[in-house]
Amino acid sequence: MIPDERYYVTDVPPETPEPADQPAPWTTTTVVGKRLPRVDAYERVSGAAVYTADVVLPGMLYAAVLRCPHAHAMVRKVDTSKAEKMPGVAAILTDKSPGADVPWFNARTGPLSRLFDPHCRYEGEEVAGVAAETPYQAWDAVRAIAVEYEVLPFVADAEDALKPGAVAIHQGGNRSGDVTRYGRGDVDAGFAAADVVVEQIYSTACEIHAPTETHASVARWDGNRLVVWDSTQGVYPIQSGLVQLLKLPSSSVRVIGHYMGGGFGSKLSVSKHTVIAALLAKVTARPVKLHLTREESFLAVGNRPPDTMTLKAGVKKDGTLTALQMTVLGTGGAYPGGGVGGVDWVVRDLYTCPNVKTELTDVFINAGQARAFRAPGHPQGAWALEQMMDQLAERIGMDPVEFRLKNVPMVSQATSGTPPYSSTGLKACLEEGAKRFGWSEARKRARTEGPIRRGVGVAAGLWRGGGGGPPATIIVKLFADGSANLNMGASDLGTGTKTVMAMVVSEELGVPLEKIQVEWADTATTQYATASGGSKTVPTESPATRAAALDVKQQLLTMAAAQLKVTPEELVLKNGEIVSTADPSKKVGITGVTALRGRGLIVGVGYRGPNPEGKVICPFGAHFAEVEVNTRTGEVKVTRFLAAQDSGRAMNELTYENQTQGGITMGLGLALTEGRILDRSQTGKMVNRNWHDYKIPTAMDVPVEQIVIPIDLHDYQANSTAAKGLGEPATVPAAPAIANAIYNACGVRTPDTPVNPLRLMGLLAASKKRG
Amino acid sequence: MPEDSEDPFRKRTGVTRRGFIATIGTGAVAAATVGPSATAEAAPGAEIPDAAELLRVTLTINGRSHRLLVEPRWSLLYVLRERLGLTATKLGCDRGECGVCTVLVDDKPGYSCMMLAVESEGKTIVTLEGLMRGEELGPVQRAFVEEDAFQCGYCTPGQVMAVEGLLRANPNPTMDEIRTGVSGNLCRCGAYAHIFKAGQRAAELKKQEGGRA
Repeated sequence: MIPDERYYVTDVPPETPEPADQPAPWTTTTVVGKRLPRVDAYERVSGAAVYTADVVLPGMLYAAVLRCPHAHAMVRKVDTSKAEKMPGVAAILTDKSPGADVPWFNARTGPLSRLFDPHCRYEGEEVAGVAAETPYQAWDAVRAIAVEYEVLPFVADAEDALKPGAVAIHQGGNRSGDVTRYGRGDVDAGFAAADVVVEQIYSTACEIHAPTETHASVARWDGNRLVVWDSTQGVYPIQSGLVQLLKLPSSSVRVIGHYMGGGFGSKLSVSKHTVIAALLAKVTARPVKLHLTREESFLAVGNRPPDTMTLKAGVKKDGTLTALQMTVLGTGGAYPGGGVGGVDWVVRDLYTCPNVKTELTDVFINAGQARAFRAPGHPQGAWALEQMMDQLAERIGMDPVEFRLKNVPMVSQATSGTPPYSSTGLKACLEEGAKRFGWSEARKRARTEGPIRRGVGVAAGLWRGGGGGPPATIIVKLFADGSANLNMGASDLGTGTKTVMAMVVSEELGVPLEKIQVEWADTATTQYATASGGSKTVPTESPATRAAALDVKQQLLTMAAAQLKVTPEELVLKNGEIVSTADPSKKVGITGVTALRGRGLIVGVGYRGPNPEGKVICPFGAHFAEVEVNTRTGEVKVTRFLAAQDSGRAMNELTYENQTQGGITMGLGLALTEGRILDRSQTGKMVNRNWHDYKIPTAMDVPVEQIVIPIDLHDYQANSTAAKGLGEPATVPAAPAIANAIYNACGVRTPDTPVNPLRLMGLLAASKKRG
Repeated sequence: MPEDSEDPFRKRTGVTRRGFIATIGTGAVAAATVGPSATAEAAPGAEIPDAAELLRVTLTINGRSHRLLVEPRWSLLYVLRERLGLTATKLGCDRGECGVCTVLVDDKPGYSCMMLAVESEGKTIVTLEGLMRGEELGPVQRAFVEEDAFQCGYCTPGQVMAVEGLLRANPNPTMDEIRTGVSGNLCRCGAYAHIFKAGQRAAELKKQEGGRA
């Protein structure tokens, strides 16, 4: 699955009206680019922000879901008779309930399952739903439902899934889609021409998104109209999902997704729990809240697929890459989940290389379905490629930064016709990053003796998406008193979307941020937007916002021109005043425009126009890590980190820095601490389905010094605000930078994540590098 | 810091913690064998509620006294969020791992998901709402705004309470002490670097304002 399919509209051509005129580039900016606190900071620190999990409605019931406790089982009988009579229980839904036979997990061949399918293909698959007066009573009832399971043999590993005699998870076997193949040039000739050829197997463990707010939905019916509060990355995709599943017109499904507690790709489309909440609300005629438990969030609402990657690379002594060959085996769980999607893109496109061949195999196992997870496939591929680049650099005796700089491409080699990038800051990221990090000096400081070793590492990356694109519609309203309202359908995941869009309005209309009200993420009251994902929200929504603000401005200047008896073309809007450039004495304040006072407000509409033809828009980054390795305990401490990012224009340096540090932190988790553990031999069940046993980075794990360098390239070829996406590219190179620093410190390669103390001690012992 | 050297679980309104736990265990057995009216031995002097019986408690939250009927098993977090509408305190794991439910219990940060409402009686509970003066943010909250010390904001109430608790005990923390102070509060967005800065800034702001909450 290519990343685009998860984030963009694919079933209809993404066409929206073009803006009348492409606005001219900003020559200077007074608001955009500044370090400004968020427009919704007050709500988020005061507790005023209402997240879906916080919604409390009169008469509301609480739901809980009975989930299959086995990795693979057939439900033979569900007996709810005892549970139905328990205190507080209002309704129980099972596969037999009227209206519950909702088809699910659609593949090309048709639905693979249904809402409460008796064939449970992973631990955590839904068997029944309960609504009760309190969550405690709902869970009492879940525990009182008697289920007869026929426990089936399971597959908990991608390699096992392809072995002869492996249990078939679906009728067609355990292959998820066809093998994906890519090739250019001739890799055999490339390897023959190389001075050095290295081959290595790498693997990344399955990661869980684990947002602090688990998935949550609140459903309420007003007659035959459904209102859903959902913790989601996109209200419109949730609406369209519900419309299809419940067979309702769009006008009967309102989805509200105001504040949400993190998604990272796991909240892009409609989940079963949302439908269960809606159906329970229907049968009880009362609002229902379903807020998943932490354990459920580890099992049933997505993950980053685990991948095993064999990478072979050839290089000449002068640092010219001659061939790259990658074979990937991955799994997106028990249903099509993009188990290998995007994994080879960095191999295909990050460095200049004439001969590339990749082959990716995606299989089913008995585990929860994967979902998009912060740059799908890219962190896995970078884990392999960027360690390989380090290995090659060492073999040819070249500095790892120099080696990468020698292979920086200006065109997207893997895109048909090898079009140029609209902009690439990869070279600048590497050069500026190395300079600010003190790369050369830090490498000399490496300590390779004694129990505590110190070393530094570098890695680079790109994100295939990040250019954004249509459709998007934005409305900006200017009130007669000079304040404004911004209306957009996009969600703000905590990435600062609302703030950046308000800054664009402020830039164009001169309205201060505190006088801009933002209305967002509600299908009943805000404009169409695709889900916030794929690092495309800023490059998609900000040009549309600028177009809407310019539409307002044009109307305002036309009104003022009539009043001042001049032409609109000679007027400019500056500091809240409309002034004639021909005769500066002719001017009027916004509040003095009588036509605006008469009408009450101006409504401006902006659309996202198409991306440029023949260009590829990608953000880039280079990361530098310094680590200390305790060779007696296997502990790795990241002491210093620097990230240089090219995401086009940095729209707000403060939130840009924050989001990049978030990418660093998540990459640190990939490298050192995170991994789903399935009990492969006995039960197939996940054994670390909580935050105690599945470790995400804490305040003690991250370095205090996390420097972020925005390579502030204004990419007006990409769009009218010159910005590219940031969220995903900011995490792609982080993990391999740490791995390379570990090698620099203690001379041990770490091909498998997570590099936890146990694993590193094993590697150190095997290589006899213990201090 | 309160100078409270007494047993922190001392009897306040008839339910001691020890007696309460004894009741939970025996009550469940009793209900299963001879019916809900059966009683069992417990700590001397303790009333013995039935597991499903609503208990009358008085909770002191943000300086106000709340009289409530609660099930013995209800957590403080559940009562705050779903019964009192104090939803600034978040639910993240319900098992003492993430810290998004952090409140101040007698000035010390504590996980409200790991406390029962009945054992919160007699303690002074402060939630994020309690740091506000009307609509105005407290100094720790303002520091979080200035330093952009959050992304999605869901862990933020817990982070703010952890910093508030730290600063009440230690008005001049070092960077290491700030890190330790928020080490029980997970942030999946990874805003830690800004949270550390907010901790430093909060200490300054608090001092400027003479230590008000």
